[in-house]
Amino acid sequence: MLRIIATRVVLGILTLLAVSILIFAATEILPGDVASAVLGQGATPETLRVFRKELGLDRPAHVRYAEWFTGAIQGNFGKALTNKRDILTSITPRLKNTLFLAGYAALIAVPLSVALGILAAINEGKLADRLANIISLATISVPEFFIAYLLILFFAVKLRYFPSLSTVFADMPLSKKLHVTALPAVTLTMLVAAHMLRMTRSSVLSIMSQPYIEMAFLKGLSRTRVVLTHALPNAAAPIITVIALNLAYLIVGVVVIEVVFVYPGIGQFMVDGVSKRDLPVVQACGLIFAGAFITLNTVADVLSILVNPRLRHPV
Amino acid sequence: MRLFGHKPTTLAWVGLAIIGFFSLIAVLAPLLAPHEEGAVVSDTWAPASGSFLLGTDNIGRDMLTRLMYGARMTIGVALTCTILSFIIGTTLGLLAAVGGSLLDQVLSRSVDIMLSIPLLVFALMILSMFGSSIPTLIITIAILDSTRVFRLARSVALNLVVLDYVEAARLRGEGLWWLMRREILPNALPPMISEFGLRFCFNFLFVAGLSFLGLGIQPPYADWGGMVRENGRAIAFGVSAPLWPAIAISIVTIGVNLVVDWILSINARPSGASAEM
Repeated sequence: MLRIIATRVVLGILTLLAVSILIFAATEILPGDVASAVLGQGATPETLRVFRKELGLDRPAHVRYAEWFTGAIQGNFGKALTNKRDILTSITPRLKNTLFLAGYAALIAVPLSVALGILAAINEGKLADRLANIISLATISVPEFFIAYLLILFFAVKLRYFPSLSTVFADMPLSKKLHVTALPAVTLTMLVAAHMLRMTRSSVLSIMSQPYIEMAFLKGLSRTRVVLTHALPNAAAPIITVIALNLAYLIVGVVVIEVVFVYPGIGQFMVDGVSKRDLPVVQACGLIFAGAFITLNTVADVLSILVNPRLRHPV
Repeated sequence: MRLFGHKPTTLAWVGLAIIGFFSLIAVLAPLLAPHEEGAVVSDTWAPASGSFLLGTDNIGRDMLTRLMYGARMTIGVALTCTILSFIIGTTLGLLAAVGGSLLDQVLSRSVDIMLSIPLLVFALMILSMFGSSIPTLIITIAILDSTRVFRLARSVALNLVVLDYVEAARLRGEGLWWLMRREILPNALPPMISEFGLRFCFNFLFVAGLSFLGLGIQPPYADWGGMVRENGRAIAFGVSAPLWPAIAISIVTIGVNLVVDWILSINARPSGASAEM
């Protein structure tokens, strides 16, 4: 079992390496190079040469990749092109903000959606189940900014319970911070909760078609009891995987939400970097997002191996 | 009335009506629109009135006109992306299934690596390199999305490759291209049709999302995601301007989803009832 997990972890690390090469290579396929892309039309051969030297573009690609990657894993992402600031010092507080928001949303979303998913599975086909189904389908098919603006319109503008912009400072007290970030957290919750609810429901229901569940019913147990004590322990493995996968999804969802609420997180930082075409910033953010995504996916795989004995002995 | 030899359900009809309605608006936008696409006709965020049925936007353009032209742009771009992505994804997917294990390994592993980065993050990186123009946007989304199509096409085709009639065609000496186009593709199409609808929804939301971030379709073109962005600040004053394009996006997505659900239910029917407890 340890060997399977180790293989999976090594595979995750290899993927991360391949992804880092991909992120780096993306800058190489550019016709011309970063220097000419940044300087644009007004570049003279002289300024191009100086700028290339400044960026270190006069050296071969594999040397620059090795330098960039070893720097990146030590937390040295270089300097931003636009304001010459150290990227790490700009990213660290933003990364903390993003993790805070994602964690806040996860704390609401995970218990809520798992509980509702189980409830929907217990009441399969009844009103509660169909209601959960319709609401979750609706939240999946509308764009995330629509939900965000609706929430702002009702809770920030009409009812004035929460601010419409989530401005946070480093030395803000926690209670204030929780209040200010409530709307973005709820929006994110709705986004991932819909997926989680549907997946939880279907994994509980797929267990429900097993013979031992039928046996439990034939013994005369109530539906609630069958679901909670017979089906749920066996559905735990897929549910844990679902949670980890959706936390990965949360990372992507956070980008748009941060822009809507003008929340100073890493997603907004990346979008800013893209519109200013600040490549080192975009690469650094991309690597962090991809790293988090791959880590969570690997954790999901490892957890499902740990929880489900059948996966420990692959044929 | 029957479609594909089946009678659509009520919900499917609703979906079809929505798709038909918005396609018509998209095609006929210049004829239907009450004002010029970019014309400034009133004050910023004027309320709805007789001449501006949905009010005006952040620089005083007619919201209804912008919505109609936006339908053209947003639906058009998303549809082009999806068609392109299906051409690329299906070709490569069938090639991977037919063309032997080495080709399959190379293609599948490359796709695995691309799928291990969130699509949005990947798209942001590419757009920061090339800048955002409509052709770049379409090609970027089409290539990223084709990885999903590739996976489906490959797995469907792998089940078909082992069938006798493919073997027979191989033995009579047909080439790779013939096998893909004449033997496998026609039989792989049914599951791909509902996938087309799902991928369209995804690309549609993706284009709208990128434009909302200011990185997709650029002004002066009207597009729904960009319109939400331009009018976003209005919400703080209780003006519903950004909600109109957002509602339009939601309605189209829900409409396509309703039709896809119906097509899926047709395809699922012959395989027997699901385990019902």
